[in-house]
Amino acid sequence: MRDLASIALFVVVVACTPLVTQSGVALNFIMMALYACLLAQAWNILGGFGGQFSFGHALFFGTGAYVQAIAQQYGVNPWAALALALVASALVGVIVGALTFRYGLKGSYFALVTLAFAEVFRIVALSVPFTGGGVGLMVPLRESAANMQFATRAGYLWLVLALVTVALLVSAWLRHSRFGAYLQAVRDNEDAARAVGVNPFRVKLAAIALSGALMGAGGAFYVQVFQYIDPGIAYGPSTSVEALVAAIVGGMGTLWGPVLGALALHVLADLTRNLFGQLPGINMVIYGSVLVLIVMFLPRGIAGIGVPVRWLRAVRRGDRNG
Amino acid sequence: MLDFGILFPAVLNGLTTGAVYALVALGLTLIYGVLHIINFAHGAALMLALYAVYLLKEKLGIDPYLALVAVVPGMFALGYLLQRVVINRASHGKDENILLVTLGLAIVMENLALLAFKSDTRTIETAYTLTTVAIGPAMIALPKLIAFGGALVVSALMLLLMARTDLGRAIRAVAKEKHGARLMGIDVDHVYAMSFGIGLACLGAAACFLMPAYYVNPQVGGGFVLVAFTIVVLGGMGSFAGALVGGLLVGVVESLGGLYFGESLGQVGIFAIFIAVLLFRPQGLFGART
Repeated sequence: MRDLASIALFVVVVACTPLVTQSGVALNFIMMALYACLLAQAWNILGGFGGQFSFGHALFFGTGAYVQAIAQQYGVNPWAALALALVASALVGVIVGALTFRYGLKGSYFALVTLAFAEVFRIVALSVPFTGGGVGLMVPLRESAANMQFATRAGYLWLVLALVTVALLVSAWLRHSRFGAYLQAVRDNEDAARAVGVNPFRVKLAAIALSGALMGAGGAFYVQVFQYIDPGIAYGPSTSVEALVAAIVGGMGTLWGPVLGALALHVLADLTRNLFGQLPGINMVIYGSVLVLIVMFLPRGIAGIGVPVRWLRAVRRGDRNG
Repeated sequence: MLDFGILFPAVLNGLTTGAVYALVALGLTLIYGVLHIINFAHGAALMLALYAVYLLKEKLGIDPYLALVAVVPGMFALGYLLQRVVINRASHGKDENILLVTLGLAIVMENLALLAFKSDTRTIETAYTLTTVAIGPAMIALPKLIAFGGALVVSALMLLLMARTDLGRAIRAVAKEKHGARLMGIDVDHVYAMSFGIGLACLGAAACFLMPAYYVNPQVGGGFVLVAFTIVVLGGMGSFAGALVGGLLVGVVESLGGLYFGESLGQVGIFAIFIAVLLFRPQGLFGART
């Protein structure tokens, strides 16, 4: 219940921000921060709760984005397209997961294979006609709520907040449900989990589908906001990196870690942009350095600061009732 | 089928490209294949070495092949320090952490290069850049032939190092049984750092052979990372001969794939091989030699 209460509080506070400020800059900042939260949470489901480190989550992001954009070329309503995007990215997750988990790939092998899949998709997206190739795809501008295109930033903010809320609820569910316990058991010791009757293959498959669907939602949201997608944005490594760095910096396998991490990185990126202007690459230098430093000094992420280890372990395992 | 006059040059071209891939992969074979340090910064380190060759040529007029004497030790020192100071400390003994730290290092290196050199693609001009040699019906650029020879020499040196020297024996001992090696008085941290250093030194050599026929920009390493991992896995983890053959094979696949399916789809062949090998034959084509 404490998880649900904290989620409700978070949602109400963030949902009210457009009522407090009309500033486009502020609302845009919150919207992009929430979008980063969504990607980090999606990665966290498979990487944090499931212990499977994907380096190619752009695979799902890009699939969601392309389905969202292509469906609209054929006159599908964006809201229906979003549903299609979720299903398609979950399906890609199931296919990739079925192949990799069936053959027992984990650790660095899993990371490399997901990276390779993302690259294959990127090259294919560059070469096939229906993605528009390297030129990319544009979504025509038709502002209306029914068309999922909003006149103000507030509309997009509420849309992404709704997606983030779903992701938070999924994470909370993973912390307290039987399935979540299975997943974390597989992460901590796959053989032991199998010995007590958990089917690791099926559990991991469900996790990658969930994680993929949420990442796909991120891609679909991206297309609605920027009305453009190309193979580099869709399947390039930077989205994969952004998602995993935020989740790790914040704290893997926790409810609020990815949110904290995404927020912290977003504030940091904004600060560096203000300090150094538009120097190319400086924010990525900071991302990379933060990643190294966090792994070196705070392997549990920001969410682990100042928390007694035993308490944290209890929270991670999800066996604290509340 | 295409006729011999088209096929033969394509295969030959693939072999020379593959030799360069093999050079890049040799270092990774030692780092990843033998010691299981997952070095995602491998491509970024190659990029730094390429810039070093570029700067030596442009600022000081040093020939790329002469630059071997500076770039190889420089990369060795960089690798030794990175492993000793950053990676070893950050890993806390867990593979996942090494994965993340080297990823972080790759991001930092690539974007520092972006800051310093902008995203322009740069090449160097040498007297022999455009020289070609006729082999049968094919014309092969001289720098590519030299790179081919360089790959053979470096793999031979690596095999000798591993088989004949005390350091090679120590590396193999650490790879097999870390605690046992420590009990036998081997300084494990030093061996890890030496291996990482030698792995990056291979990249230094690769950069010197690569630069006369290639280009450098901050993203150039990205294209090599997956290819290098592909070759290491394909050749069988830790096998230097496997890396050489795997590299040549990947080069030919890419070249022929490009011939039949067009330039960009040719690359898909590499990743398809990679995924297939990992799924169906994770011990590699030649089996793991540990």
